[in-house]
Amino acid sequence: MSRFRPTDEKQLAEIVSAALDSEEPLEIVAGGSKRGLGRPLQAPHTLDVSGFSGIRQYEPEELVLSAGAATPLDEIEKTLKAKRQMLAFEPGDWRALLGSGGQGQTLGGIISCNLAGPRRIRQGAARDHFLGFQAVSGRGEAFKAGGRVVKNVTGYDLCKLIAGSYGTLAVMTEITVKVLPLPEATRTVALKGLDDARAVAAMIHGLNSSHELSGAAHLPGAAGGALTVLRVEGPVPSVEARSAALRAELKTFGGAEILGDADSVKLWTGLGDGTPLAGDKESAVWRVSVAPATAPAFLAQLGRALDFKYFLDWGGGLVWLSVKGGEDGGAQDIRACLAQDQGHATLIRGSAALRNSVPVFQPLAPALASLAARIKDGFDPKRVLNRGRLYPEI
Amino acid sequence: MRMPTPDAATIARRGAIAAQLRAIVGDAAVIESENERRPYETDGLTAYHALPLLVVLPSTTQEVSRIMAYCHRENLKIVPRGAGTSLSGGALPLEDGITLGLSKLNRILDVDFDNRCAVAQSGVTNLAITNAVADKGFYYAPDPSSQIACSIGGNVAENSGGVHCLKYGLTTNNVLGVEMVLIDGTVIRLGGKHLESGGYDLLGVTVGSEGMLGVVTEVTVRLLRKPTTARAVLVGFPSNESAGQCVASIIGAGIIPGGMEMMDKPAIHAVEDFVHAGYPLDVEALLIVELDGPTAEVDHLIERVEQIAKQCGSVSVRISNNEAERVLFWAGRKAAFPALGRITPDYYCLDPTIPRAKLPDVLRHMAELSKKYGLRVVNVFHAGDGNLHPIILYDANKPDELERTERFGVDIMKYCVDMGGVLTGEHGIGVEKRDLMGVMFNAADLNQQQRLKCAFDPQGLLNPGKVFPELHRCAELGRLHVHHGKVRFPDLPRF
Repeated sequence: MSRFRPTDEKQLAEIVSAALDSEEPLEIVAGGSKRGLGRPLQAPHTLDVSGFSGIRQYEPEELVLSAGAATPLDEIEKTLKAKRQMLAFEPGDWRALLGSGGQGQTLGGIISCNLAGPRRIRQGAARDHFLGFQAVSGRGEAFKAGGRVVKNVTGYDLCKLIAGSYGTLAVMTEITVKVLPLPEATRTVALKGLDDARAVAAMIHGLNSSHELSGAAHLPGAAGGALTVLRVEGPVPSVEARSAALRAELKTFGGAEILGDADSVKLWTGLGDGTPLAGDKESAVWRVSVAPATAPAFLAQLGRALDFKYFLDWGGGLVWLSVKGGEDGGAQDIRACLAQDQGHATLIRGSAALRNSVPVFQPLAPALASLAARIKDGFDPKRVLNRGRLYPEI
Repeated sequence: MRMPTPDAATIARRGAIAAQLRAIVGDAAVIESENERRPYETDGLTAYHALPLLVVLPSTTQEVSRIMAYCHRENLKIVPRGAGTSLSGGALPLEDGITLGLSKLNRILDVDFDNRCAVAQSGVTNLAITNAVADKGFYYAPDPSSQIACSIGGNVAENSGGVHCLKYGLTTNNVLGVEMVLIDGTVIRLGGKHLESGGYDLLGVTVGSEGMLGVVTEVTVRLLRKPTTARAVLVGFPSNESAGQCVASIIGAGIIPGGMEMMDKPAIHAVEDFVHAGYPLDVEALLIVELDGPTAEVDHLIERVEQIAKQCGSVSVRISNNEAERVLFWAGRKAAFPALGRITPDYYCLDPTIPRAKLPDVLRHMAELSKKYGLRVVNVFHAGDGNLHPIILYDANKPDELERTERFGVDIMKYCVDMGGVLTGEHGIGVEKRDLMGVMFNAADLNQQQRLKCAFDPQGLLNPGKVFPELHRCAELGRLHVHHGKVRFPDLPRF
């Protein structure tokens, strides 16, 4: 067991080349906050990339920031906030959820896992803000892709491939992302006591309105009863007008309360962090992506097979589940309720034993599995980078 | 620009191949005669043309699959074609390759307002999607200027943009899923009505892959509610610098306009002479800033934009007070190309993106190049996202003007890359900019992109000759230089 900590791209390439030659895989680690996410690794060596840290270029008026891949997210968010900007995809902090403590997350970590919080429905995920990178492939070769501008179609969009690849294709050293202005104000329209079907209907109403929602969630287990929340962001006069109009339009769903800035920020940050399901450390936590309007049917069907706690984000399109007991953490029942090609389920929190025994990521159709394997061949033919983190053969 | 040498043996088999294809799609859907192949010889980049071996027009995904399986078995090249509006030659035919036209896949299969998406076959036009949902107050956001004609499948291939990209994203940010046929005929589905997918983001790499990874037959797009209000501000500036500063200040103030377009002096004059939109003629640069969204927000922000424009030294500011005025502000910008058609026999449009702060610098350099090459250049500019559209005016009938134009264009693109920009923001590489890829990418970068291609199409049958200046065999790209245990881990501190 060795731990390597390269400080430049050349050293990094040498380490990967050596791993390639000896066929001894590397586990890539920076902040280490998401080590408990994905399939457990048993790599003989640890590749500590925390040396690739620091903001390299930040031009607020270009809406672009470049930083070392292991730059702490806190540092980036602080820098952006000083110029009233943000990473608009609202990455959650899952340290409490995963019980991982320790250091904070890094930019490379959230890109590699393609994380996105409640604002996903309006602004997209990490993938949608990822403009370019420098990396060393599993072939030990330095390469780059993308650019440093917000609109670019020069060559294949390898950023999309790297986002969500969990470090299985290349080790990133530098990342360029698009940033956006922080909203001046936030309001949340909160409805009480709705069941799943009514809650999703209210969220559809809100999302289909002209009020440009940047969040729509349903918390059936909130203290004080079920809470359905709709978020608007923007300049003060705009959020005042929109939240009032929304409340009026949603009258048929009962009277709504309007939360101000501080309460809103707390609520939505908690949702992105998975806080409602973080408490019970023994349970398995899943994120299930479905067509938003089908969430109630999915929950009803799953309810006949399994006991679980849950909440909905992304207007119903993201079902957070917490499943207690059961040998497989509910894997079989959850996936059985997902029609073919109609969604996917990811195990977010589970013991290493559970993550070893059930597919953490949605099993792929045969044609897609072989495509994924061939892509891996092209980037990391000897499987030295995070071998097995996504799928056993990848 | 050199295309792969056509294979004479394949061309000699034209009749036999046509017969096999007719067995799949029927007689009427295979075009063999030279006269009828002629309309397919070029796309929106008319400087290049080649007659395809055959044109085949399937009507179903199953037919696409059977055609591709047949071509794969027979080692035949395929050039997919949507509406043929590519500005980079993405659908340029091959003399020994089949042009696979998707125009008959023209149905909208599903409109699902509850999930805010629509499912359309790949030959449906961009605008037809918006038209199908407009009565309910929805639309599909990316709006390339060819939207009346271009197909959604072509938009996916090229990752098309439009004037609203800064706020609403490109095609890639607005597509939820595709059905795609792989080179061996396998039909796969990526994404769907849900967000994201398990495993690698194959949908993400398919968008913008210029028809080289698979043939898209069906697309699920995200629908948006049409903004309640849109208002525009028309601002004149005494210099490109002050206009550029205004763009930066608007964004720096946290305002993301729905559209922000800039025109330089030659462009202003050309369009004003043509459409009489009331543009000021005594300014060096004109900015159209459009704010869209909820009424309360638009009315609030438009005043701030006006203030910022004045602080940046604008010499004229007009705010649209009704829809007719807003449309008039845009009329000139939207007529830029036909307006130029009146003052020049031919023009050539580029689309590099630059960091916005470099705009005055890039425009100055372009003016110098214009003198050097003795050719006029006009600029319209998606100022919000930094996407330039330099348009070089030339006359193809004059000896060497096209060649000078191309060299001028290359110099512009190279300079933009030097300034931290990229070769193309929305038109794609195709054949047009293929040989310039080396300006942005080194061999290792390009090889890694080609290895992705190899995962989908190891024989290189899909749209060969596009995007990559040099084609390497996949076996060669896959080779690893291993040293059998002789490479040691470097002597670094281990923990």
